[in-house]
This record gives sequence, structure tokens and C-alpha cells, in this order.
Amino acid sequence: MDPLSNATVRHLQALVELPDTSGTRYDVVEPIARGGMGIVYRAHDRELNRDVALKVLSVRETGDEVRARLLTEAHILAHLEHPGIVPVHDVGVLADGRTYYAMKLVRGSSLADYARAHPERGELLRVFGRVCEAVAFAHARGIVHRDLKPENIMVGAYGEVLVMDWGVAKLLGSANGSPQAPGTVAPGGAPVTASGTVVGTPGFMPPEQERGDSTCVDARSDVFALGRLLEVLVGADGSPAPGRLRAIVARATASDPASRYPDADSLAADVTRFSTGQAVSAYRESWWERGRRLALRHRVAITLVSAYVLMRVLIFLVNRF
Amino acid sequence: MNLPHESSRPFPPTRLSVISLARSEDAATRRRAHESIIAAYWKPVYTYLRLRWRAEPADAEDLAQGFFADAIDSTLFDRYDPTRARFRTYLRTCVDGFVANARKAAGRQKRGGDVLHVPLDFTTAEGEVRTLEIPSPEDPDRLFRDAWVRRLFELALEDTRAQCEADGKGAHFRIFERYDLEPRDADTRLTYDDLAREFELPVTQVTNFLALARRRFRTAVLDHVRALTTDDDEFRAEVRDLLGEGFGD
Repeated sequence: MDPLSNATVRHLQALVELPDTSGTRYDVVEPIARGGMGIVYRAHDRELNRDVALKVLSVRETGDEVRARLLTEAHILAHLEHPGIVPVHDVGVLADGRTYYAMKLVRGSSLADYARAHPERGELLRVFGRVCEAVAFAHARGIVHRDLKPENIMVGAYGEVLVMDWGVAKLLGSANGSPQAPGTVAPGGAPVTASGTVVGTPGFMPPEQERGDSTCVDARSDVFALGRLLEVLVGADGSPAPGRLRAIVARATASDPASRYPDADSLAADVTRFSTGQAVSAYRESWWERGRRLALRHRVAITLVSAYVLMRVLIFLVNRF
Repeated sequence: MNLPHESSRPFPPTRLSVISLARSEDAATRRRAHESIIAAYWKPVYTYLRLRWRAEPADAEDLAQGFFADAIDSTLFDRYDPTRARFRTYLRTCVDGFVANARKAAGRQKRGGDVLHVPLDFTTAEGEVRTLEIPSPEDPDRLFRDAWVRRLFELALEDTRAQCEADGKGAHFRIFERYDLEPRDADTRLTYDDLAREFELPVTQVTNFLALARRRFRTAVLDHVRALTTDDDEFRAEVRDLLGEGFGD
């Protein structure tokens, strides 16, 4: 055999990682993202003549635990039918033995890129609200994401917001690894990954997750990550955040889980109250601040009433003199 | 020179770690493990000696043979501690130490030729050093890694060919060889139709044959990496390096 040229070696390197989709309905087009355990490819579904995203385990991930994690991720996504969560179409094993699942191909940009292109605070708070809705939906089904960060959120071409990458999600209160029926989030439970394994992203992980203490991880751990996310978003335009917004971030990112919002819904509600000029639960206002906020909130009505009163006074004065 | 043929290869591709087997109590198992390690690493070591240590071809041959003979005599493979480094890194560091010592010792004796049962084809290895675009020796890790990647692919291709021929699937390998192993630019790249005409097969069969050969090649590559590592962490790290970007840069 002739010596392998550099070009041939590089080609063979790509070939080893390339998924063997023979026997499936998919043709791989190109890799679009790399994660900790797998690679996401754009693929073409020949039967339905549409592009999909194919998440395939990397060839180096041969362990049962990682395979189980990918399958669990697919099952979690299949149970979370929500506009803010990417739908799964198919799951299976390729001819080369690697596990994969097919999902909707999301065209858009990551929240990190979106925030750079659209740093307006109002728009980013809208996006944040959509993220909270999706996460709250998952919490209501006993699922904690555990890796929320701007790179794992996609904003589509029409403003739709999708929470991605549920690969390290934890099923709460379930010992068999299948998602619970809708209900409240219970603390503790069986983690998807091995107990004690630190998963998540530094900077977005709460202290209990950094310690690898999976028994303490619950919905409030996602609240911490959402708080960090909010902090990034409100600082995107470079202007200082108002005190009430800073207080919301501080409460969401408290070291003690008991001091945080209990779930994503409560956090989202406070952010909505901020956006609509109402008092937020995380911040005790002085009388002066309260008055100023109410004046701002009702500025249109106050302006109209003031104009009306001024006009009446002027009419009175004109008639009098 | 000839590379060791599949049938004479000490161990078939297997998920057992030859690094662990090199510590076996059984002398025959240990010897076969040594030979498997040498089969995978002699060429990277030779390339490394030629380019990093700037050894002349004859010196590099002597040093490579001496190194592996010494490694067996001095239980170098036994002393490998997986908690401290990957085996590949350990081996390269040992080569550095061996060469430094050998150069200090004047008039050292050529040794070890009768210990090795793996044919070491230095003529071909030297030809590769002269003709291939091998990266600058300034980065010893990169140099050794690239030589190791090339060697692993060679071994995996030999395995794939032998397996296909043994199963009566020689055409599968030949299609794979034509499509994936012959470097071509975009203008001259073969299509499935070209191969279908050449092998007088339907296009669907060409793609099926290609898929099978590629699958076997992938399996052979991973089996070799598995055999040359001691645990899952080292396996994952080595596959990451094997498939990492920047080959030949």
C-alpha cells in the first residue's frame, strides 16, 4: 500500500467521524454543531423531502452511560411538546452502532449572537420571557435543564425562541429515567448522569451543581442559570440596569437555593412586572421610588389629566378676565 | 520492506488493551502484547527520530530497534502509569530519554534485532519521511501524533482489506480504495456512477459496498485505539486527538 498522503489522512479522519446513515431515510449534509457527547448534522430526510437536524454520538463515546444520556435526551424532548422546545422526529441506531435522534432543524442564531445584533433591553426581556416559559413547562413535568446559557438558546427568523441541548437534563423524582407525568417539581430524584458528575457550564452553574451534589439540584438550579442569563441580557446594551432589575438578578442567583425564586414561572412573573412598571417581589421600594414608578407607569393618563386640568384652568381664567 | 500482514499480526483488532496485556504474568501473552505495541509505534518512533532528533537513517534505525529492545528488557511498558499520562505521551518521553542517554554513551552496541518479531520496514519508512509533507519538528507532540495517526490508519486499512478479502468482499474494499484512498481534486473526483461503470454494478450496490467498507474501516480504527489505551478516558482523549484538526499543518 502506498503511503497515505496528508490529504488522504485528513479525508480518513473525517470519514471515521462521519455517521453511517445507510439503511436510514437521511443523507448527511454537513456538521452544524459539536457538543460534549455528540455532533449535530444538517441532514436531508429523503422520505419527507425536508432538512432536519441529526444528533449523533461521537465515535469516541462508546460507553453505555453516554448512549443512555442521548436516548434520555430524545425521550425528554419527545415528552416536552412546547413551542419553545425543539420537537424530535425519530430516534434510532445507525449501521455503525451509534445512537442518533432526528429533530427539527432550527434556522436562526444563538441568543449570544442575537443579543449582540439586537441589544435593545425590551426585546431581550421578551426573549427571556419565552425562555422562562419553556423552562417552566419542563419544570412542571419534573425536568431540570441544568445547562441553560446563551449558546443553548436559539432565536429563529420569526422571533421564535427555542431552548436547545437537553443532553444533561435531570429527571426529578423518577428512578427509572422516564419523564414524570405533569405535576410539581420535587427536589432530589435520580440524575440522568452518574451521581456526582459535574455537568453544566461555569458561570451559569449554581453552587450546588458545581459541587456535583445532584441530590440538591432542582428547579431552583435552573432559576440560578436563568438569573445569570438575565444578567447577560440586561447588560447587552451597555447601559446600567435599573435597581429593580438588578434585584431580580440578585434574587435569582442567590447562593442559597432557598433564597431564589422557587421556579422559572415566579422569575418570569417578576420580570413581566418589571416590564409593565409594576412592583417586583425582589425589591422593596421607597415611597419616592414607588411614586416615580407609578408616575412612569401611568404617565399617559397623568399627562392627559394634567392637560385637561390645565385647559380647564385656562378656560376658567379666560372667562373670568 | 513489508508491513506486517494481517495474518502475521500479533493480535487481531480487539477491544482488549495490549497496554494492560503487556503486564501479563504469561510470557507468551506479554510478548504478543509487546509486538502489538511495536507494530503500532515503530514507524512513528522512526519518523520522530529522523525529524525531531535529526538522526541519520541508519542511526534512526538503530535507535528505534534499540529503544524497543530496551523497552522490553527494562520493563518500560510495565512501568507505564495511566494516571500520569497517556501511553503515547509516555512512549515519546521515553524515546527522548533513550536517545539522550544513547548519545552520551560512546560506541554503544547495536542490539535487540533478534528480540523483535515484527518486521520493521525502515526503507519504506525512510521513503515516507523524504516524500511526505511532514510538519515542522518544532512541536514534538504534533510530530509524533501525526506519525501515529498515519500509522493507525495504515494498520486499520490493512485490517479492512484482509477482512474484506477473507469474507469474499474484495470488491467492497477496492471500491473504498478507489473512492476514498486515491487523492483527487474536485475536478477529477470519482462519482458513484463512475464506479458503477468501472465495477459493472448498480449505483445502489456501489454505495452499499462503500458503506460496508467504510464501516469496517471505522471499526478497525477504533479497535486499534482501544487496544492501545488502558481505559475509557484515555480512549476518548486519543480518539479526540486522532480526529482533531490540523493534521500535517
